[in-house]
Amino acid sequence: MTWFASPSEAVTRLRQTGYLSDDAIATSVFLAGVLEKPLLAEGPAGVGKTQLAKAIAEAADADLVRLQCYEGLDEARALYEWNYKKQLLRIQADDDAWDDIFAEEFLLERPLLKAIRSERPTVLLIDETDKADVEVEGLLLEILSDFQITIPELGTISAARRPFVVLTSNATRELSEALKRRCLYLHLDYPTPERERDIVLAQVPGIAEALAEQLARTAATLRALELKKSPSIAETVDWAHTLLALGREVLDEQTVAETLGVVLKHHSDQQRAAKELGLR
Amino acid sequence: MIDRHIGFVHALRETGLPVSLAEGLDAAHALRHIDLADRETLRQAYAATLVKRPQHREGFDVLFDLWFPSTTQGPPKHRGDDPEDLRTELAELLKGNPGDPGFRAFAQAMVERFGRVQAGPGRQSWFSYPVMRALSPQTLIARLLGERGGLPEKLARQRITTNIAAFEAEVATDVRRRIAEEQGRERITRSAVKPPIDHRDFLRVTKAELAEMRREIHPLARRLATRLSMKHKKGDRGRLDFRRTVRASLQSGGVPLTTHLKPRRPHKPELVVVTDASDSVSGFAQFTLLLTFALREQFTKVRAFAFVDTVDEITEYFAPGADVLDAITRMTTEADISRFGRTNYGHVLKTFEERHADALTPKTSLLILGDARSNYQPPNTETLKRLAGKVRHAYWLNPEPRGQWDTGDSVASGYAAMIPMYECRNVRQLAAFIEETDVGG
Repeated sequence: MTWFASPSEAVTRLRQTGYLSDDAIATSVFLAGVLEKPLLAEGPAGVGKTQLAKAIAEAADADLVRLQCYEGLDEARALYEWNYKKQLLRIQADDDAWDDIFAEEFLLERPLLKAIRSERPTVLLIDETDKADVEVEGLLLEILSDFQITIPELGTISAARRPFVVLTSNATRELSEALKRRCLYLHLDYPTPERERDIVLAQVPGIAEALAEQLARTAATLRALELKKSPSIAETVDWAHTLLALGREVLDEQTVAETLGVVLKHHSDQQRAAKELGLR
Repeated sequence: MIDRHIGFVHALRETGLPVSLAEGLDAAHALRHIDLADRETLRQAYAATLVKRPQHREGFDVLFDLWFPSTTQGPPKHRGDDPEDLRTELAELLKGNPGDPGFRAFAQAMVERFGRVQAGPGRQSWFSYPVMRALSPQTLIARLLGERGGLPEKLARQRITTNIAAFEAEVATDVRRRIAEEQGRERITRSAVKPPIDHRDFLRVTKAELAEMRREIHPLARRLATRLSMKHKKGDRGRLDFRRTVRASLQSGGVPLTTHLKPRRPHKPELVVVTDASDSVSGFAQFTLLLTFALREQFTKVRAFAFVDTVDEITEYFAPGADVLDAITRMTTEADISRFGRTNYGHVLKTFEERHADALTPKTSLLILGDARSNYQPPNTETLKRLAGKVRHAYWLNPEPRGQWDTGDSVASGYAAMIPMYECRNVRQLAAFIEETDVGG
């Protein structure tokens, strides 16, 4: 199936789900669809990498299968596992059952296998790939290049239809060249103030346009400072919610000083911002 | 199109972007599916298939603009000849959005108008400098700011400086395009693309690049920290856990079938950093200091010392949560590291041994950062040998290229005979050093 007919169609359909994309996002999403290649989205925390996968699933009316990576993730959690308790019971119940216990009914599907075997269009989200151990990357290579999984007892299972794969990474470590080579690469960074304003307007109903604009500009100014952790889009949106809840209509020094904790979570960052922006 | 595609991929490889054969093919496949007339889509399609590291993106964009230049929008509309009118027009644009097409058109018109300069006898070429001088956008800031003071001014200033940078980039792009048109693409390709940030020389960085490098630090430190902790985990397991083994043996009727081992206690080393803070290596020193302190969670104890011609402890300035930029300023003004302002390694080593020898224990890793240029003073290598003998590991990182060691007043190999010395000229080499050696273990 075709996921999106053109980059501009990707923009419109993602927008319908509430995800505002730009040229880079739309083109790579479109290409990942037509070339049937995994899309690796890398960038700082909170710029909407995971959200992108969800939006694609919603826009294409596909199922979302999510594999959250963490240190120590292994085949049994990512791929498949035999339900050995059930197997044991079966053998106890019937002494001749030795040949039957490696069958479909004893197989526990884990996200990767589920995404491959799914008959429906599926978006497979492999979240925070950089958190997983290097071995997991090796495991992913076979799946991402051939879309098949080999289970020794059952044989090789090929994808019924290729899932749309999105990998995300915060770049806490460099992913291997082999993995990157198989993927399309999308670097997601903090948005331009114009785009961020639109995002705030879309995510926070009831906010005045002027306030959204001010928020986006302030966030851009904060990001230009050398902070330990720059405010993410998610935090800007939280900020907008906060201001709305407080009933503020303009973002002046007073308001910024009072609500700075919503966007900056390090004490030294707050001090620095207060100094640079001339608050207090 | 195929020729241009091949040429472009070659040019990328030539400037150091690793593009594999498979990736080149992917890009070619991608071209079949997109509207080639849409330049931005084309750019993104190439970027998605070929550029897999954010550091390479800048160079890629420069090359893309050369190989797939934007069309100039018809004959430039007539503009007033008076530079003041043009400045007013620029001021209007700077208030707006740099993405809109008028912005680029104006930049191109300005290059047309001011950019052509005599480059030598009988030879003309294009430059961005005269354009920026004629319009001097920096002086427009004051006029544009309008509201004075407080937050609104900060926001406006931020917006205008970003837009000026965007304007400058547009002008530079157009200048390169015109040069390429007249003198051929190949000529400019090599000079136009700067090496990616992690390949840039510590000793030759500009201020802006240094800021950019500082932004690289936290990801780098995190990456190194994860690497180090992984190393710990992979190490052999520790001693037998008697309690758990007996407990587990109950399942098998008291026969200890599986043994349980205690996880090995992670070895958290202490780190002592001694860094040259003289002007000749300041970029390098700043960077490594920041990195050291970003890494401090990884070590039980980090102590840092800085020196020019005498040495002082600077650990307190980098307390957790302190602002790093402030810390560096305080360090240079408050710490007692300079008497005459000329580096003197021999004296520094001697003072260090006298005053701070207690910092070195058999658990310590000692890291010395400096160019080993001692202004022809006695190098005191014997002291270094004694210091190195006290610690678990000792390393010397030298920001100079290996070829320049021992030239002039450098006594690099004298010190290198005492402790291993590594060339460490850029972020990449620094990362490689930490991954190869076991500073952490």
